[in-house]
Amino acid sequence: MQTLINLKDIVKTYQIGTVEVQALRGVDILIHSNEYISIMGPSGSGKSTLMNIIGCLDTPTSGIYELEGELVHTMDDNKLAEVRNRKVGFVFQTFNLLPRATALHNVELPLIYSGISAAKRKVIAEDAIEKVGLTDRMHHRPSELSGGQRQRVAIARALVNNPSLILADEPTGNLDSTTGKEIMAIFDDLHNAGNTIILITHEKIVADHADRIVHILDGHIAEDIQVKNN
Amino acid sequence: MISFIISLRENILIALRALAQNKMRAILTTLGIVIGVLTVVSVASIISGLNTGFASQISALGSNTLYVHKYPWIIQDDFFKYRNRPDITMKDAEYLKEHSRLAEAISAASGTFRDIKYRNNSLTGIGVSGVTMETEIIEGFSIADGRYFTQIEIDHNKASVVIGNEIKEKLFNHKNPLGERIKVGDFSYTVIGVMEKRGSLLGHNLDSEVYVPLGTIFKNFGFHRSIRILIKVPSPEMIEQVIDEIHFLMRVSRKLKPQEEDNFSINQQEMLTNMYKQLTNGLYTAAFGIGALSLIVGGIGIMNIMLVSVAERRKEIGIRKALGAKQRVITFQFIIESIIICSVGGIIAILLSFLMSLVIDKVTPFPSNVPIWSVLMGLGFSSLVGLFFGIYPARRAAKLDPIECLRYE
Ligand SMILES: Nc1ncnc2c1ncn2[C@@H]1O[C@H](COP(=O)(O)OP(=O)(O)O)[C@@H](O)[C@H]1O
Ligand SMILES: [Mg+2]
Repeated sequence: MQTLINLKDIVKTYQIGTVEVQALRGVDILIHSNEYISIMGPSGSGKSTLMNIIGCLDTPTSGIYELEGELVHTMDDNKLAEVRNRKVGFVFQTFNLLPRATALHNVELPLIYSGISAAKRKVIAEDAIEKVGLTDRMHHRPSELSGGQRQRVAIARALVNNPSLILADEPTGNLDSTTGKEIMAIFDDLHNAGNTIILITHEKIVADHADRIVHILDGHIAEDIQVKNN
Repeated sequence: MISFIISLRENILIALRALAQNKMRAILTTLGIVIGVLTVVSVASIISGLNTGFASQISALGSNTLYVHKYPWIIQDDFFKYRNRPDITMKDAEYLKEHSRLAEAISAASGTFRDIKYRNNSLTGIGVSGVTMETEIIEGFSIADGRYFTQIEIDHNKASVVIGNEIKEKLFNHKNPLGERIKVGDFSYTVIGVMEKRGSLLGHNLDSEVYVPLGTIFKNFGFHRSIRILIKVPSPEMIEQVIDEIHFLMRVSRKLKPQEEDNFSINQQEMLTNMYKQLTNGLYTAAFGIGALSLIVGGIGIMNIMLVSVAERRKEIGIRKALGAKQRVITFQFIIESIIICSVGGIIAILLSFLMSLVIDKVTPFPSNVPIWSVLMGLGFSSLVGLFFGIYPARRAAKLDPIECLRYE
């Protein structure tokens, strides 16, 4: 198995005025390609902070982060953007689609930022939309789509650039349980198709889709269990 | 490079979309730009129109003609200083005629205003000019019907008259005026010729005048009037030389001592052209001043609206950055947006100035046209304002923290 992510002694400290908040207090994780991982923990435990660091949206206060052999913790803003564009697909709890753009345009965005021509982009994006079963809705705006459909658009957008990992922060948090199940089925399919998936959730039922569950508590890893073998 | 072109295209689309969503705000923001560009382009088009008008107005003066007058055309100091000058007399004119070696032709002229009458038709306050043989050459008009005076008519102060084209129309309708007798003041004159249409000179209508022999005007309307002397210069290069000669001869004719000031003025078309240029330069300066000021005010408005836009669209910026937009790309997006807003303002202003120019042309006596350079300059400056005042908000957008932005609802 190939090492994808190597986090060593990751610390993240936030400074609020004179008060220091330690969101992560020394996290070590090793993640391989094609793993399906859930990160669980109560609110405020540091899940989102960890996701931001893994997703290259933020850099740790100290510690080492290696992503496919590249040292992320030393990168500047522009280099991080490039890594996010090539290697990370985000799925957020609140979807984070551009409200005024069509589903297709939303899915095209990562391709725009990697400089792919309009004609090629359209083909690739339409393909990704087909994978999440929304071909008939691709010219609709987010406001014309249901929550589940919006999250499908977000998933299509996350996988359109063929990323090394898909990072989902509470992807079912804003959905009813039936729709949530449908979305989780898509993640399962994506995993079976060879994608690496990191799910952040506080719901056991969601976490159970993964092969490995990491429990985080007060900025520490409390438990790291391989629940299934793939 | 390819990705640059892609993002240029993308950014223009994004900017247009954002503009379409906030039409009213965008229009209000561009007001400063519109006013700035409108001022410059309108003034340019008015001046351009005036230029055409002015050129045709003074062309009848002839660039190769000098005018010896009691008064200078342009009086910059005290008018009363010139009032005590002696009148220009026939003696001066004859002296110049006799002694000038450089002038091509010299004529004296004098004028008055009289009512003229043909049967039951009459016209009031018509310019009556006393002329000589040389007047025809110097003023360079031609005769449409009949003929100009003969030397004998001039020398013997005959009661003959050459009438302007409009006089003929108003007095005679379609009747042939040649050989008819008209009254100029209380005196009877025979019409011998009709001038071709000449247009107007400095606002006075050359087609509504009549010409009579110079001696006749003195005989009928009195001797004690200041005349003017017209001098035709053989070629433009000789103007300075001829001025020197005339200046010298006039001083001799007037027996001025070396320390005495001139008591006559030598006028020429160039003086008017120069004054006109000064005037229009002043107008241009004022217009550019107002234009620049409005553009700066407009630019600050744009910067402000762009800062608001950046703040409002933090979420969008966060999403774009999360998906891999680099700082350069975000900067570019907002600068393009700012340039487009300003260019739209510029285009609105140019459309308005075309409209205004059309109205000025139709409604006022001034011709008006929008010169192409002012259009290009208007567009260029408005885009530059967009670029310049867009940089700061765009840099701010680019440097925003994506996590903070994503948290914003
Ligand atoms: N930008 C920030 N500034 C200050 N404190 C923060 C910031 N982000 C997170 N924190 C703090 O760090 C801790 C972990 O937060 P977070 O990672 O969002 O937890 P979770 O996602 O598990 O709810 C919390 O105490 C939170 O208040
Ligand atoms: Mg969280």
